[in-house]
Amino acid sequence: MMMSDSKKSVVFHLGFLALLFLLQFILPAYHHGNLARIMVLATYAMGYNILFGYTGLLSLGHAMFFAAGMYGMGLTMTHLGWTAGPGMLAGLLAGGLVSAGIGFLALRTSGVSFMIVTLMFAQAGFLTILYFGEWTRGDEGFVIRQADRVFAGIDLSHPTYRYLAALLLFGICLMLTIRLMQSRFGHVLIAIRENEERTQMLGYDVHFHKWMAVIASGTMAAVAGAAYALLFGYAGATFASVQYSIFPLLWVLLGGAGTALGPFIGTLFMFYLIDLSSSLTTAYMLIAGVALVLLTLFLPQGLVGEWRRKMMPWLT
Amino acid sequence: MAQKDDAMADMTTPHINTKGLSRNFGGLIAVNAVDFEVPKGEIRAIIGPNGAGKSTFVGMLCGRIAPSSGEIMFAGQNITAMPAHRRIRQGMAYTFQITSIFARLTLKENVRLATSWRWNGDESAIEEATHAALEQVGLADRMHQIAGDLSYGHQRLLEIAMGISQHPELLILDEPTQGLADSEIASFVKLIRDLGGDMTILLIEHNMNVVMDTADKITVLNLGTELATGTPQDIRANKAVQTAYLGETHA
Amino acid sequence: MELAPYLILGCIEGLVTAAVLALMAVGLSLVFGVMRVVNVAHGEFFMLGAVLAWFVADQLGGHPAIAFLAALIIAPLLVGTLAMLADMTILKRISYDPERTIVATIGLLYIIQQLTLMTYGSNARPVEPPFNQRIAIPWFEWTDGGLSLYWPWGLGTTSYKLAVIGFAIILLLGIWVLMTRTRIGLIMRATQLDRDVAQAYGINVDRVYAMVFGLGAGLAALAAVLIVPIQQAHYLMGHDPLLLSFIVVIIGGLGSLVGTVIAAVMIGLSDGLISVFFTPTLAKIIATLMVTFVLIFRPSGLMGSK
Repeated sequence: MMMSDSKKSVVFHLGFLALLFLLQFILPAYHHGNLARIMVLATYAMGYNILFGYTGLLSLGHAMFFAAGMYGMGLTMTHLGWTAGPGMLAGLLAGGLVSAGIGFLALRTSGVSFMIVTLMFAQAGFLTILYFGEWTRGDEGFVIRQADRVFAGIDLSHPTYRYLAALLLFGICLMLTIRLMQSRFGHVLIAIRENEERTQMLGYDVHFHKWMAVIASGTMAAVAGAAYALLFGYAGATFASVQYSIFPLLWVLLGGAGTALGPFIGTLFMFYLIDLSSSLTTAYMLIAGVALVLLTLFLPQGLVGEWRRKMMPWLT
Repeated sequence: MAQKDDAMADMTTPHINTKGLSRNFGGLIAVNAVDFEVPKGEIRAIIGPNGAGKSTFVGMLCGRIAPSSGEIMFAGQNITAMPAHRRIRQGMAYTFQITSIFARLTLKENVRLATSWRWNGDESAIEEATHAALEQVGLADRMHQIAGDLSYGHQRLLEIAMGISQHPELLILDEPTQGLADSEIASFVKLIRDLGGDMTILLIEHNMNVVMDTADKITVLNLGTELATGTPQDIRANKAVQTAYLGETHA
Repeated sequence: MELAPYLILGCIEGLVTAAVLALMAVGLSLVFGVMRVVNVAHGEFFMLGAVLAWFVADQLGGHPAIAFLAALIIAPLLVGTLAMLADMTILKRISYDPERTIVATIGLLYIIQQLTLMTYGSNARPVEPPFNQRIAIPWFEWTDGGLSLYWPWGLGTTSYKLAVIGFAIILLLGIWVLMTRTRIGLIMRATQLDRDVAQAYGINVDRVYAMVFGLGAGLAALAAVLIVPIQQAHYLMGHDPLLLSFIVVIIGGLGSLVGTVIAAVMIGLSDGLISVFFTPTLAKIIATLMVTFVLIFRPSGLMGSK
């Protein structure tokens, strides 16, 4: 029973990845490019979801992890002349280290304080990027040269390869999330979300599990950040700002917190909502605001959450 | 028979004991220098009027509350500074006074969280222990229901099932029968009697019938200190207990 | 160069910050204390107060003091009413669930901010202070004739800034009286202690919540009206004060009004003093990290019991 449920879930998500693979052949160039971007941003949201959706910790500072990956890669490539492979690895390590350090400190708090502390650390990170403007070029950011955006001889700035790279990243992270959440470790994270005190009194080191969740979450966010810089050739301080900490929260809520596919669905929806509205007004974040309020009022489970509740209780 | 002898031998060293265990909250002394010991396999009830410090006392035993001073020994090991989750892994189990279950998970998922580390991934052992525990409290047929949908009494039983599913050496039950129906209380008493002998049980309980029917010995706490310890008969006859305990309840 | 005059100047600037911060944070703390609601849109109520103050002053014209006085009354009332509406239409409907409230108020933050951008635009606009005499900071030096005062070149403050400090003190005392000496205060404290019991005693909890949320937002708006002659109104101005008042509320011990005011003075002063020594960005980084570490290592706040 249990096995078959988790198998069903794996098969369903693999099918979804196959669909994304096929979509590239029929999508017009504009949407093709958008979808590549959405997959990378959705990977960021999936990282966020590990902490928020599955473990129940609301962070308002994930932009710091996204930026750690982005700058970990961008700075080593630009200033140290590293190539894409080592650059990505640098981004991943930067994200792992930053999330381990910040997580260790921030987890001394909980609830509202955790939210504020992560927000403050991210703010300090954002200001630090501005402060070292000589290297980071601050708000203006810097471009990663097209010639450098090559991995194993493949030109990642080319739309087809970019799409495939984004899909590969997204697919790996999606299946990793599902594996994680079907493991005993994942079950403990969910238990912590549901009832932290009970989980500890059943014999689990709650603090350690939460720390691991922050690291997994932050590292996945960082990898997404590094991939974003590599695939789209730009790193800038905007990606470290509060707004980019709010975005994954919004995407995950819209799609469905604690569902594997929710982050993607949420990112897809919001991306196109903002895309449409920014052609009408510069105040495009208005849409995000309205969406957040409507969501809490009418769709607290998110799209995939509702869908799972009604039709597919076995979804991860 | 050999097992019985072991149990007798173990009687000489206490399974869990405390020395001068105290806890202050600000100026209030909730527990004051309690020396306490329970031999292995005994069912010990802890009773006392409201505010006697019972919950604070067992809270310190299982690690939810840090003592202000004093020591706790468990199976010959000093566990005073050990975090709660490690005490559980050393063989304790604790059920909450205010029902604390995973309301949005199924009964089975609830109990599996208790058993999965205990049998370290051995799927058949986990399944078996999970089923057995639910069976013991009479909830096996509801295994796939969402725990939050259960009646209050059944949630209490699920709480107990999580505790016993770990086959602990020491089971601490904080007011387990609160909110149970009479028929449920009767089966609970039977369950505790069945479990006794295999495991040491600490029972905080208000229902005196349950205490008298299950406990080998009773410890009475009053105003944070130990007033008396003895067999149910001793305690019933104890004058100090009568004034402190009955005086309070009739007030 | 003598350092002391700069320190005095830093202190005065810090006290102005502290005055405004205290008002705003007391509003946030009141909402958190009574309703257990984390209002992320609090900074936007502040911003809206400043923008409305500009609007009122701009429409009225005439003597700056009259325009300012009108803004001081109208802006907080409007903002308070708006907040009450938001409470009744949104927060009440999600039954003040902690997580959903945070998300809903983040939504509210963007709605208010972006609507302001669409109508008021992205310019920063000043409101003229009602009075604005320059006051130089005196210092002393040893001369042949003994101790004598002199005025270090260029260092000074204004009468308006000093008035802001004074006015904030009066307002804070007023809130203290409101909470401790009046029936409304009693009702609010009763609701804070136990919502259900308060309801059982016939208190209309819904109305108390709407009122507290309105009062909290009104205080933020009031703080903004006071600061807008010094700082100018801009649609993004709510961000930093929001962060700071969160810090103040947490450091002050969640929901404690006295603690909140003490924390506001500490944060304001250290902010003023740090900016004397470091560049603005570095000052912000240091200040941010400093309070973050306070939050981490004193999670119950500086005034908390443990």
